[in-house]
Formats: sequence, structure tokens, C-alpha cells
Amino acid sequence: MFSYCLRRTLAAVPVMVVVALFVFLLLRLSPGDPAAIIAGDMATPAQLDRIRETLGLNQPIYLQFFHWAGELLRGDFGTSLMSNLPVTQLMAQRLEPTVSLALLSIVLSVVVAVPMGVIAAWKHGSLIDNAVMSVSVLGFSVPVFVIGYLLIKIFAIDLGWLPVQGFKRISEAGFVPFIRHAILPALMLSTIYIALIARMTRASMLDVLGEDFVRTAHAKGASERRVLFKHALRNAGVPILEVIGTGFALMITGVVVTESVFNIPGLGRLTVDAILSRDYPVIQGLILVTSGVYVLINLAIDLSYALLDPRIRYQ
Amino acid sequence: MTTPFSRRFSAVRRRLLGGMTMVALLSTCGAISSLAAAPAEANTIRAVMHSGLRVLDPITTTAHITRDHGYMIWDTLLGMDDKFQPQPQMADWAVSDDGMTYTFTLRDGLTWHDGGQVTAKDVVASFKRWAARDGGGQMLMDHVASVEATDPATVTLTLSSPFAYVLELMAKPSSVPLFVMPERIASKSPGETLTVEDQIGSGPFTFVADEYDPGNRVVYEKFADYVPRDEAASWTAGGKVVNVDRVEWINMSDAQTALNALNSGEIDFLESPSVDLLPVLQANPELTVEKLNELGSQTIGRFNFLYPPFDNPEIRRAALTAMNQTDVLASLIGNPEFYTTCDSMYGCQTPLATDAGAPETLATGGGTEAAKQMLADAGYDGTPVVMMQPTDAPTVSPQPVIAAQLLRQAGFTVDLQPMDWQTLVTRRASQQPPSAGGWNMFFTNWYIPEVWNPLVNPMLNGRGKDGGWFGWPDDPELESMRNQFAQAESDADRKAIAERIQRHAFEQVTYIPLGEYSIPAAWNNDLSGILHSPVPVFWNITKFE
Repeated sequence: MFSYCLRRTLAAVPVMVVVALFVFLLLRLSPGDPAAIIAGDMATPAQLDRIRETLGLNQPIYLQFFHWAGELLRGDFGTSLMSNLPVTQLMAQRLEPTVSLALLSIVLSVVVAVPMGVIAAWKHGSLIDNAVMSVSVLGFSVPVFVIGYLLIKIFAIDLGWLPVQGFKRISEAGFVPFIRHAILPALMLSTIYIALIARMTRASMLDVLGEDFVRTAHAKGASERRVLFKHALRNAGVPILEVIGTGFALMITGVVVTESVFNIPGLGRLTVDAILSRDYPVIQGLILVTSGVYVLINLAIDLSYALLDPRIRYQ
Repeated sequence: MTTPFSRRFSAVRRRLLGGMTMVALLSTCGAISSLAAAPAEANTIRAVMHSGLRVLDPITTTAHITRDHGYMIWDTLLGMDDKFQPQPQMADWAVSDDGMTYTFTLRDGLTWHDGGQVTAKDVVASFKRWAARDGGGQMLMDHVASVEATDPATVTLTLSSPFAYVLELMAKPSSVPLFVMPERIASKSPGETLTVEDQIGSGPFTFVADEYDPGNRVVYEKFADYVPRDEAASWTAGGKVVNVDRVEWINMSDAQTALNALNSGEIDFLESPSVDLLPVLQANPELTVEKLNELGSQTIGRFNFLYPPFDNPEIRRAALTAMNQTDVLASLIGNPEFYTTCDSMYGCQTPLATDAGAPETLATGGGTEAAKQMLADAGYDGTPVVMMQPTDAPTVSPQPVIAAQLLRQAGFTVDLQPMDWQTLVTRRASQQPPSAGGWNMFFTNWYIPEVWNPLVNPMLNGRGKDGGWFGWPDDPELESMRNQFAQAESDADRKAIAERIQRHAFEQVTYIPLGEYSIPAAWNNDLSGILHSPVPVFWNITKFE
């Protein structure tokens, strides 16, 4: 198991190198000039040159790359061109809102969606199944920002129960302020994942419910609940787990709309801001970290298969 | 196999899980039951400005949010009042009889946020950094022989040639005001941007570095040792009296979210609400919706003078004749309450306002047929006009669409190229031909104080490829008139020269002013004393508990 983990982790290194090189070149070859953005509307060509020189943007691209790669090997992601702050500090500031929101959303999604999918499969073809599938289609189809605005309208504006925007860190403000600010964005974010996980659970369960061992379990007199959740769900769990894991990675990296609607200072908004202002070191740092998160989550998913299915062993 | 123990364990586990679920539910209910939206704290103003603060150097950048940040923590040597007159702020001044020597004397009680007195050396270093960066400052420096600290509280500026606009340039409120910084900070090159550690000023607020989150949140606290002037506050002049403990700027990228936050009392002040959402704010009796920057902004179109077809003045005149401010403004703003047509390149509410040289058709259109004839007379060969359209910037996105249609109606071939604003900003600096990554026309907006006289108006710079603003007209006659303006001693002379400049600029079609707009700000009625000013300022405001 350890050697498998080590091999998988080492295999990620060339992936990260390619990502780093690709992102670096893509940014340098796409239009946009951080110096022009910093200087603003009234800058003369001489002033722009002076800023480029200060930022090192007038150097050949390969020199810029080696400089950045050298810093990276020392664990330094560089300094933001706009704010002059270390990229690691900027990412650290934004990490907690995004991760805590993603965790809350994924827990909410799993708690709601897995039972929905199991019940839909159990009552296959019934009214309940149709209802679950309808909700699922709705969850897929309605844009998340519409759901967000509806939630704000109902719970924050009309009922006045919850704040309309903002974020409180659980590490600073405690659980109650955190949940007050995070529950609506988590609901918004989890809608599409509830739909996705419910459908995947239902499909996997339908495959498994026709298997011999399920019939055997019924024949042995096991209760319906035990058959569904202990025998069938565990065997249907691999694809569900994959969807959950991938969903979590997507949440970490794709929450920009939710963060905008609820004004949450997370990684999504940092990414968009950095792209709009051509803040190269921040974009590069974010994409590298994102790629790393994907690699780690995929590894975690692979390893967790063994927990669900004892036939899977890693050599 | 299920044993009695495992069954008991399962039962216990189920009860535990059930209990935990109840706790979680109760926690959530408890959270929801405290529920009224948390109001903004007393003595703290929570404001949503027009954008997030990312660059902390108001000399290096002309971004308005950075300028506004500058006014919070740095003081200015001079201020400007609502009569457009320079006034003492950190220093008073005296001018020699021949008008060649200006002596500035610092007032008492000026201290830096980290302790220590403001000295004349700080002022000299700040002046030099400002003058190296600002267009008006550069023009002033062409006439300056020396600027020296003649004693710890006195700065002497000596001119090498007559220049009557010294005080007006040093007092201008935008886009790069003369902020006074400690010498060690002001000694940095203008190309080297200031860092978080450099946010030390002598202004009415201090910068809270620990709470700074670039692009998201910036926090200021009242500077207890700040000594305001005795005069009443007016624009950037007068006493900067701070009546609150703390000001927080929170960036909200979503206009609807900002509106909801103001309506629910989670923020106190919204500088620039979306125009289409204003009726919602105006319907709330707990809010005030009012124009603070009454001068507003000017929207403009700019040609590239280096390449066909707009290297030909006759073709530029045909394009000017085809324009229609009303169409452009209706598309840009919509509600006529917030825009006005204006034939003046200096803004219509400024001392130099004039309609000299403006074609009659500019405000309301009707020049299409005349433009067609002019285009034919000019021998236009169908060379496409590469027009840049920034699709991600609502305040500059509609103008090119309308202008392209107006030009097409007049017989131009227009290649409207959508792009994001940052691409436009980069591309407009290119002096390559349009077919090789260059351009022919783009649009932007200016605060009126940035165009209100020929010295600060960048579009009236005629220094060509090496010293001019994007578009690069090489116009020695225009430069000569700007110099005359700088040396004119009476207001009447200035006015007359400004009119000549505008007439010449319309004749050469240096640029096309496309009208003015002013978006009101909105704030909670708990705030009072908000100043009307061309730049948003947070002194003089009281927040009722």
C-alpha cells in the first residue's frame, strides 16, 4: 500500500511540471500586460517600460520561467504583481472559506443525495422514483445563481433569518456565525451535486439490486433496510465515491459563482481577480495548487476503493 | 455473523448518531433563531466602493480606487474646494511678486502614523515622485528650476520660466494627487509600487495592515493624532474631521449582492450602484440615493492618428459628424436623469466649459448624410476601422457598438473586435498597424477633474508617438496653445485660450467627447455629513447609533 501511494505521488510530479510549464507559457502568450493594468489609463510608454523592468517582465520568457521555477523549488510561489504580497499568503487568506464551504456542501450533498438515490432505486418506477428524478433534473437544469438569489430572497430578505452575504471564519467567529453565513451558499452549491450523486447512486444501486447476492440476502431474511444499505449500497459504492470525490475537487476549484453571489472571499474569486488583472504569479500558484488538490483527491478516491470493495488490493 | 454484543453496539451507535444529528439540527435552529441580519457595527462605516483595492500606490497607478485609498491615509499638500480654487491643506503658500518663487510652509501638528513630524524633506521627495509620474506634474517640471527644503517646515519651488498653473496642478483632486509621504517611502522609483509596509501617512485614517485582504477588504481606523484644519470641509480642502472609529471597504463583485447588503443594513454605503437597480434603492425610505460626484464622468472615443483611415483629418471629421451623444448615452446609462449631452471637452460644469468648435449634430445626431458626403470627398477607400470593444466592462462596452453602427450608416467599414478590458488596455499601447495587432478606435471614460483643463486632459496632449497619450496625435500647434494656457495669468485669458484649444481640437478631431454621466451613491440614513466631492471621502461623516 505504501509503495503504491509513493508511486502514485511520484507519478504526479511530471504532471505538475507539465501543468506548470503549460500555464506559464499560456499566460505569457495570451494578451494582457500587468504593467498596463498597474499603471492605469494615463501611463506613457516610458512609464510602462519602467514598471515592466521593476517587475522583471522585460526579461526573455525562458529567464522568467527559470526564475519562477527556481523559487518554486524552494517552496516560494512568488509575489503578487498587484498587491506585492506573497502568493502563499494570498492563498492562505482565501483557503478556509473555500474549503469549509466545500466540506459543508459535500456533507450536505451526501446526506441528502445518497438516501434519495437508494430510495429511488428501491422504489424503481414508482412515484417516489419519478419525484426523485424530477428533483434531480431540476437540480441539474436550474443555474446555481438563480437558486442562490431565490435562497437569499426567501431566507435573508423576506424572512430575515440569515445574512444576505459575507463569510465568518469558524476559526475566528465560531460555529454559529459560520453556519449562519455558510448555510445558504452551501445549499446553493450542493444543489447540482445532490442531483448528480442521487442519479449516480440510483443507477449504481439498480445495477446491484439485480445481483445474486442481493437475492440471497433477501432469502436469508435480512430486512429491507439492511439489504439496501449494508449489502447493496456498499457494493454500489465505488462509482458513487468517485462522483463525491470529483465533486469535492470541483467545489474547491469551481465555486466562483457561489462566492460572487454571497460575497465570500475564497479561492474562486481570487482566481478570477488574478486572471482579470493578469497577476501571473497568483494565477500560476493557484493552478498548481489546484492541480495538486486534484491529484491528491484522486489518490484518496483510489485508496478508498479498497475500503468498500475488499477484492481491490493495491500492489 | 451478528453477535449480541455487536447488536448492542449497533444500537448504541444508532442512538449516538441520532443524538449527534439532533445536536447538529438544534445548533442550526439556534443559529437560525438569532436570526435578524447582523447590522453594521456602530462607529464603523462599512462601504462598498466601485472596485476592490489591489494596488497600494496612488502615484504609480491612476486607478481611482487607489487614489481613494490615498485620500484615506495620506494628506495632500494643497486641497481644492468646490469653487475649483486651490486651498491650503498641509501647507500654506506665498508667491513672489514676479510669480517665479513659491514658498510653502507646513502647518503645525502634522505627524506620521508611526510617529515623527512631517518635514519639508518629506514634501520635496513626495513632490519629485509625483512630478515624475503625473502628466501635469511633468509639464510643471519643464518649468521648474528647483524644489528644495529651505528649513524643516518650508519648501521653496523656483520656476525657470513663467508657469501660472502651479497651484492648480498641485491641488488637483484626480487622477494622481500630490500625496505627501515619508521621505524614505517617497524616495522609491515611481515604477516601484509601494508595499503594505509603506502604508504610512499623515492623513486622517490609518491603514490596518493585518486586516488587509487585497481585492476583498481593506480597513482603516481613525488617526487619533490627526489635527484637522479649522475651515469647513469642501471637496479635498478644509478640515478633515473624522467622526467614526473605523471604515471598512468591502468589495462586492456582484451588483445585486451589494444592493441586498445595503437594503438589509449589512453595509452602510454603496458608492456606485448599478443604474438598473437604482429604482429598488430609491424605493427604500431608509436609504438616501444622491449624486455625490456632481461633475460626473465624460465618455469619449479616441482615434489612432498613426494609421489609415484616421490619419486623415477629413475622415476623422466625417466620423465626428456621424456621432450622436444621445444614442451613446441612452445605450450606456439608459435613464436620462443620470446623463447629459455636453459639447465641452472640459466638462459642462467647469469654469472652462465651452461649446466652441463642436458640430451642431454632436449632441443629438442628424449628421449621417453630411458625414457620407465628407467621407466621399475625403476619398475614403473602405479601409476597415478596427474598433476595440471590451465586453467585460459595462461602463465602456456599449459605446463601441453604437459608434460602430453610426459609422457604418455613414459609409465606414467597421471591424468591431470584442475583447476583455485588460486586453484592450494592452493592445491600445501598441503602435503597430491595425492589421498587425494595432487598432483604429477605442472608448473610455474620465472623471471630469481629469479632463477639466488643457493641461490635465490627456487627449489634448499633442506630443506624438513618444510623449502623447494612446492615439498619439503629433500636433505642435496644440502644444504651443497648451503652453500659452499654462502661462496665462488671468482667468479671462485662460478661458479664451481654452476655447481656442477646443476649437482646434474639434477641427483636428483630437478625440470625440460623447457626453457626461453621473451615477448617484446610496447610503443608509444613519449616516450624515457625507460630502459632495469629485472623489469619495470619509471624513465629516457621522454615524448615528
